[in-house]
Amino acid sequence: MTRFLLRRILFGVLVLWLVATTVFLLFFAGPADSVARRLAGPRAPIEVINQIKDTLGLNRPLWEQYVSFLGNLLHGDLGISFISQTPVTTLIVQSLPGTLWLVAGSAVLWMTAGITGGVISATRPRGLRDRVTTVLVLAGISVPTFILGMLMIYLALSVFPWFGLGPGPYISPLVDFRGFLQVMIMPWVCLAVVQAAVYVRLTRGSMLDTLGEDYIRTARAKGAPEHRIIYRHGLRAALTPVITQFGVDIGTLLGGVVVTESVFGLQGLGQLMIRSVRDGDLPVIIGAAILAAAFIVIANILVDVAYSFLDPRVRLA
Amino acid sequence: MALLEVTDLKVSFPTPDGPVQAVRGMTFQVERGRTLGIVGESGSGKSVSTQTLMGLTRGAEVSGSALLEGRELIGMPEGELRRLRGAQISMIFQDPLSSLHPLYTVGWQIIELIRIHEPATTKAQARKLAIEQLAMVGIPQPEQRVDDYPHQFSGGMRQRAMIAMALALNPKLIIADEPTTALDATVQAQILDLMARSRREFDTALIMITHDLGVIADMADEVLVMYAGKPVERAGRRDVYYRPHHPYTVGLLESVPSATGAKGRLKPVPGQPPSLLNPPGGCPFHPRCPYVMARCRVDVPPLMGDGHQSACWLPLDLEGVGPEVARRRTEASS
Repeated sequence: MTRFLLRRILFGVLVLWLVATTVFLLFFAGPADSVARRLAGPRAPIEVINQIKDTLGLNRPLWEQYVSFLGNLLHGDLGISFISQTPVTTLIVQSLPGTLWLVAGSAVLWMTAGITGGVISATRPRGLRDRVTTVLVLAGISVPTFILGMLMIYLALSVFPWFGLGPGPYISPLVDFRGFLQVMIMPWVCLAVVQAAVYVRLTRGSMLDTLGEDYIRTARAKGAPEHRIIYRHGLRAALTPVITQFGVDIGTLLGGVVVTESVFGLQGLGQLMIRSVRDGDLPVIIGAAILAAAFIVIANILVDVAYSFLDPRVRLA
Repeated sequence: MALLEVTDLKVSFPTPDGPVQAVRGMTFQVERGRTLGIVGESGSGKSVSTQTLMGLTRGAEVSGSALLEGRELIGMPEGELRRLRGAQISMIFQDPLSSLHPLYTVGWQIIELIRIHEPATTKAQARKLAIEQLAMVGIPQPEQRVDDYPHQFSGGMRQRAMIAMALALNPKLIIADEPTTALDATVQAQILDLMARSRREFDTALIMITHDLGVIADMADEVLVMYAGKPVERAGRRDVYYRPHHPYTVGLLESVPSATGAKGRLKPVPGQPPSLLNPPGGCPFHPRCPYVMARCRVDVPPLMGDGHQSACWLPLDLEGVGPEVARRRTEASS
């Protein structure tokens, strides 16, 4: 287990280093003038270009810039935003809670709905409940997030205004719990709708496979009650692929839930990323990219560890 | 009264192409403490008929009667039937690796069975019982192995564990569905021996389903040969082996590789088993039968005779019609 973790962490660090190097080369390789011009925009005066070259040290050889870039990175220094003149780390720390809460709250909703729906449709395939679930799933997968989001905002503001729900930037639950809920509920549901649809399909398929296994027949032959067969014997075994997908999804979403955050103006990581790309705010782009990669790497390690707890046949080595 | 009395059991599965008539009229009895061997090719309905008794064939259309100690099993409410399964009737399946749940320990699975049927038993009591059962079927160091997962057991040990589970609640009837087919030849004999011994010790009735006549040669008191969803011959063990009447039984015996006579090639039964979507008229075996007569194509032969029964229009005194069987019979008696 320890050896497994060590190896996976080393491997993860290697991946992050590759991501960082790629991003660095993408933006800093080339003559100093053209790099500065790319950052400042085509119509920037020559003084600004020179100033950028000085502050970023673009006149130094590329390897020197690379070494100091990596050194800063290791110290958690991601540079200073061109636009807001705030350290990138501060910007990320400010945007992170919104995204974290969005993903966490939504995950609870979509896992509950997805697994319940999947089990319901798998226990009676081609029955009425299975058909209804299938239609709902198709609807959930088909509706674009931004349309669903805008529809929800419209309903919240014009049809059910007394709920007090509405779009807006993230509010910490420690500061104003009511306000937190009012801002978060819609993004939670909106993100969960699409995700739940995917998880219903995934759980249904996995559950149908499992319920056809010989050990389910053994459980029946033992006289186990139906609910025990479905949950203790069936779902327990069917969850493994679901958990894998869950880990991957959480890792990806934490890197930034771009559309949902933007529709509801949540000011999370996804929105920070979109804004920095639009403004050409290089240090923020680099920081967000590395952070997103780190989330995926960590999520994958956690999935593998979870696997060894879920399935005794898996030995981590 | 016999322990189990099955009368004219019919099972069919609805499919888009029409109903598949998997079992087309099974009648048999099992006495207390006796062993019935059911033999037949794949698809002859031997597994389906026994799984139907336990209510494990979902979505099938079932008719006929099956009395366990006078209680009708067919159409019994699921809740009542569930209490019989595992406690009064237990099953041993073909592949012990896939039949045991891979994510729970062997002990957990035995304890679960005990506590489903006897909720008053504490976990510790059930665990103790599970360890005793494992010891009885010959699992070494049962106190430790009880916490092992199925994948940590060898094939033979897994089947021993299945047997331990089947015997845990001292059932009246055990149905073993090809219990040795997935095992190594050397392990097969041990498992068969264990089953025979446990059956005697617990005085349990046993239905042994197999496609391999050799498996039940030593064990069965009575043998039922099935073909195309119907029993075609039913007789005591010695009669089936030494005085078979039905040409299909003869064919089955001749297709068994013999360890003593490595002379010549095996004689498979020619042709294919019929489709159960649209079984042939008359005797179901007539398209493959070497002795087919005009009558066989029209009239369905019932099981005839007392004691030794056969569903064949050939005269009943024509037992052991095959030359190979005749040869083996002289071999065995000399």
